[in-house]
Amino acid sequence: MSFLTYLINGLSLGSIYAIIALGYTMVYGIAKMLNFAHGDFIMVGCYIIFSVSAALSGNSVVGIIVAIVLCTLLGVTTEFVAYRPLRGAASPLAVLITAIGVSYLLENIALLIYGADIKSFSSVIKWEGVSFAGGQLKIQGVTIVTILVSVVILIALQLFINKTKQGQAMLAASEDKGAAALMGINVNRTIALTFAIGSALAAVAGALLCSAYPSLSPYTGAMPGIKAFVAAVLGGIGSIPGAMIGGLVLGIVEILSKTYISSQLSDAIVFGILVVVLLVKPTGILGKVVQEKV
Amino acid sequence: MNKITKNNLITYGIVIFAYIVFEILMLTGNLSSHLKGLLVPMTYYAVIAVALNLCVGILGELSIGHCGFMCLGAFSSAFFSKATENVLPTVPRFIIAFIIGIGVAALFGFLIGIPVLRLKGDYLAIVTLAFGEIIKNVINSFYIGIDSKGLHMNMKSAMDLNMEADGNVIVNGAMGITGTPHNANFTIGIVVLLISLFIVQNLINSRDGRAIMAIRDNYIAAEATGINVTGYKMMAFTISAAIAGAAGVLFSHNITTLTASSQYFGYNASIMILVYVVLGGIGNIRGSVIAACILYMLPELLRGLNTYRMLIYSIILIVMMIVNWSPKIIAWREKKFGKSGMFGLIGRIIFRRNKEVA
Repeated sequence: MSFLTYLINGLSLGSIYAIIALGYTMVYGIAKMLNFAHGDFIMVGCYIIFSVSAALSGNSVVGIIVAIVLCTLLGVTTEFVAYRPLRGAASPLAVLITAIGVSYLLENIALLIYGADIKSFSSVIKWEGVSFAGGQLKIQGVTIVTILVSVVILIALQLFINKTKQGQAMLAASEDKGAAALMGINVNRTIALTFAIGSALAAVAGALLCSAYPSLSPYTGAMPGIKAFVAAVLGGIGSIPGAMIGGLVLGIVEILSKTYISSQLSDAIVFGILVVVLLVKPTGILGKVVQEKV
Repeated sequence: MNKITKNNLITYGIVIFAYIVFEILMLTGNLSSHLKGLLVPMTYYAVIAVALNLCVGILGELSIGHCGFMCLGAFSSAFFSKATENVLPTVPRFIIAFIIGIGVAALFGFLIGIPVLRLKGDYLAIVTLAFGEIIKNVINSFYIGIDSKGLHMNMKSAMDLNMEADGNVIVNGAMGITGTPHNANFTIGIVVLLISLFIVQNLINSRDGRAIMAIRDNYIAAEATGINVTGYKMMAFTISAAIAGAAGVLFSHNITTLTASSQYFGYNASIMILVYVVLGGIGNIRGSVIAACILYMLPELLRGLNTYRMLIYSIILIVMMIVNWSPKIIAWREKKFGKSGMFGLIGRIIFRRNKEVA
């Protein structure tokens, strides 16, 4: 029974990674850049929910909506101010370093406003959860909600990308920006839209992450951000189902290795899995193999 | 004297000049003790920046786990120094510590290079990050002790080592190694920096170096001309890891408590060094040294502004990247000031970048 509990906890953590990884993978797929600041968008989202809930005496629904709106604005603004000028720069590293700069900036703004001490975040999900088999198997409400939300997001994104004009424009722009522009697609606006979706997802992930692990500091987003990025690579970067699979694998492996092997070594095991998968399949689980032309 | 030799000599000259300036400042008592403490870190960050530039700029493979090699160099050499502290005299001990630190880092660079270098681009980058984190986490869970019966080692706790009464726990898990002799100083740091500069600059201008750069620019063409792509990649990566290991030796012999913490050896630290390399100019070894020194000192010198210093640092970082790399701003700059205008001058000295690097 306890194994089942850990497995479900892993599934829940994995769903959070998956939601973050979806943002990573969409942005990477279209803008071909690693948005290192993505993890910090999560942190910003958490702080917004924290502040708004405190101001409205515990009304977290408004907090989540405000966080999603503000994070979307933040993502679009960051893209416009910091990343767009560097599109087409001589080295792809330029925009990577700028993203690192943005990440430092957000962390330090949070540090200035809220200080370095860890805030305790009250869960946005008040539901106690359910228990099976006479209380032997307890599943917390936040766990169930997290898994459901991630499934809904996955389906919605798949529909959006495959069924709508904007989604098709995204696919086209990620395939070939020049050709997409010739077909009348506004590439800059499409990329901005991708950032908006990715950042909104970061805010949702933030709410779920801090509900499950209720400690909030300016560095809350950094490690989940990196792990989600690992998940995106594991599943094949640029692929939306891949991000989901990668996130789930990562979350389950992390929780199980923390429980059964060593909490000290769990990160090493998680990263070890990535290494092994990439050696067997160098483009990730669902990644596309791109043939290089001479 | 040809242009390459002259260029190399200028680099050594800058390092030696900076050394003399700091020594004079120190002798005349113009350096605060806080600033004095920054000198050795400045040298090892310059050394690892040179190592990373060999990997990123010359080999063309983005590594964000180089601090892992530094960590290996630091721990292996500190372990040796601590274990033989009362057995060997200082000078030979420190030299052997260097050999061990560099050797271990090079060995792991080689072993990690075998799988990593099969990958490309961002996948390679994320795997180097993964290996860096693995190294850090594994070292964090090692317990090694020495007593009259020899070495004891496990991955559980210091108590489980079951040592004799005369035993001495050297590596204490997440608490790391405490009390490594402080053998590193500014002069040794500068010597290590000069040696690594000598190795890297001569490598670049050798037949091997040109082969490595050919692989960077177009590996298919390089392979077609008969260059052993895997061999040269391994060579550059191993040398880069070895130099990072040397930086680690300096690190561990300059700090009282050596722990495999994320602050020094995590991916954030590796990224910080990548920032030095990119701002110094990818493929520009001299630029790396200068950028490492300036950017290491910058947040420390901004310490007066206390809470705002990292904020200012991050804004400077973003603005500098945009000003230096944005295609539109570069075009505007060249129209307004000509190629050797205002920023052109600074650009030529510090931020000169290798146009060929894609």
